[in-house]
Amino acid sequence: MNTQSKALPESFGRQEVTPAVMSSTRPLYWSVRRELWEYRSIVLAPLIVSAIALFAFMISSFLGIWERALRLDPESPKLVEPFNFVALLLMGTMFIVSIFYCLDSLHGERRDRSILFWKSLPVSDAMTVISKAAIPLVVLPLLTFAITAITQSIMLLWGTVVVSIGGHSVASLWDHVPLFHTWVMLLYHLVAVHSLWYAPFYGWSFFISAWARRAPFLWAVLPPLAIGFFERIAFHTSHFASMLSHRFAGGHESAPFPASGMALMHLNVGRFLISPGLWIGLAITAAFLGAAVQLRRYRGPI
Amino acid sequence: MTCIEARGLRKAFGTTVALDGINLRVEEGRILGLIGPNGAGKTTALNAILGLTAYQGELNVLGRDPWSQRDALMRDVCFIADVAVLPRWMRVSQALDYVAGVHPRFDRAKAESFLAKTTIGRSSKIRTLSKGMVTQLHLALVMAIDAKLLVLDEPTLGLDILFRKQFYDSLLNDYFDRSRTILVTTHQVEEIQNVLTDIMFINRGRIVFDSSMEQLESRYSEVMVHPEQLAAARALKPIYERQGFGRSILLFDQVDRQQLGEFGEVRTPSIADLFVAIMSNQSQGAAV
Repeated sequence: MNTQSKALPESFGRQEVTPAVMSSTRPLYWSVRRELWEYRSIVLAPLIVSAIALFAFMISSFLGIWERALRLDPESPKLVEPFNFVALLLMGTMFIVSIFYCLDSLHGERRDRSILFWKSLPVSDAMTVISKAAIPLVVLPLLTFAITAITQSIMLLWGTVVVSIGGHSVASLWDHVPLFHTWVMLLYHLVAVHSLWYAPFYGWSFFISAWARRAPFLWAVLPPLAIGFFERIAFHTSHFASMLSHRFAGGHESAPFPASGMALMHLNVGRFLISPGLWIGLAITAAFLGAAVQLRRYRGPI
Repeated sequence: MTCIEARGLRKAFGTTVALDGINLRVEEGRILGLIGPNGAGKTTALNAILGLTAYQGELNVLGRDPWSQRDALMRDVCFIADVAVLPRWMRVSQALDYVAGVHPRFDRAKAESFLAKTTIGRSSKIRTLSKGMVTQLHLALVMAIDAKLLVLDEPTLGLDILFRKQFYDSLLNDYFDRSRTILVTTHQVEEIQNVLTDIMFINRGRIVFDSSMEQLESRYSEVMVHPEQLAAARALKPIYERQGFGRSILLFDQVDRQQLGEFGEVRTPSIADLFVAIMSNQSQGAAV
């Protein structure tokens, strides 16, 4: 023990200080991984939803309920319905997980005092907020896409087995469930609406999370409601409320899902990219995130 | 080289002044104890040094302005606040992975070898570890970072005496060398008395005492005086007087030890006694 402790300081002293050769993406990568470690619901919630949906689909096919649609009328929307419903369910899950994640991320680290540990490491406040913002803007849309695609694939495989056992035409099933086409649309929808178009919601949530001392959920929800009511009572108008619901509904600028076809989508991408709504939303998001960075600099544990 | 330099450092929270124009200078290779009563401004001073709080006045840590360059500064500075700051949801292995991922000067092998001497399991969650183990883990992380300044804010709060002793032993034997600087605040003054090279008392946002340990030993002396000699001893103007074992213990500043030897055995006062003496003189001074 003694020899060891005597030997150590020497090696410490002699050691050349390694210059900071670390690319700037490395802290970002580890910061994002850290978020996934802490908020396991980001991955678990969609997986659980997917498992439940698969289970329900299997029951429906066991009971012959889903198969009936194919037997009676292959054109029936009941055939594709489970596939679209899974996508919607996973998107809804993703939105809820995103908002709760955003509201907790900058509040939780102050609540449990771990902010003092994070701040003792060479990671800037901007890097921290960017890595957190990457969760609802990048990680969750891609993850939701992957899980949806895998779930739908399993459903289609399962459906194929059920259909061929029942002696129906597999080709007819594959014709009416165009998964690849759906996936392109899905990915576009996730990026355009859930990431870019909804970005101000996430930005606002991060801002509240960094600012509120307690109850970030209430602070995030009540002020917009109050503004809406105030406007209604004072001016008998509802511009603020309709602005929010327009944003929430996805806006007409982004392609509606999944009604429009491939050709329409190309058109919509261009229209979406030049729509002022998109860029105003992104500017507001940037402002909220910038404010969150500044707040994180000033705020300590609560 | 100067490690920390502050001039006119000021910080107020509303009308409460936490730091009232502090001047301080800490040279490289020192172990400085910052001692003060609750609410004296210790933590505020450390927070300013660590870039955790904005301030007025000049402050320079390792050539950097902490408030505007915190992330760059943290490559050279390590910080242990207290046992409660490690994220409770994290696994030990994740803590190692993460610090290795974001810190360019972290030597994972060193942290692993330190942890190997403990009973901490690599896959344990931090919430399942005892207070002492969390401190060991934090110390393992920090000691594996090749930093120039280590800041400890009540690092052993709530730990039993074995862990406290082990903590400072590890720090001294395995970590400290003459090129590193350590800044520590604690209420357990006696335990770090032998560790420190310098000492500073802070009260009401001001540095009220600043000395190296050598200076302190040569300047201050304490003697236990018989009641019949008390008047003679008091004539030498002790700065503080307290009772112990039915006798008076007098604390002197810059009085010849030989002269004091006539009253009894002369000792160097403990930091705790000196602290009490200086603090009570302070409050008397303030009352007048």
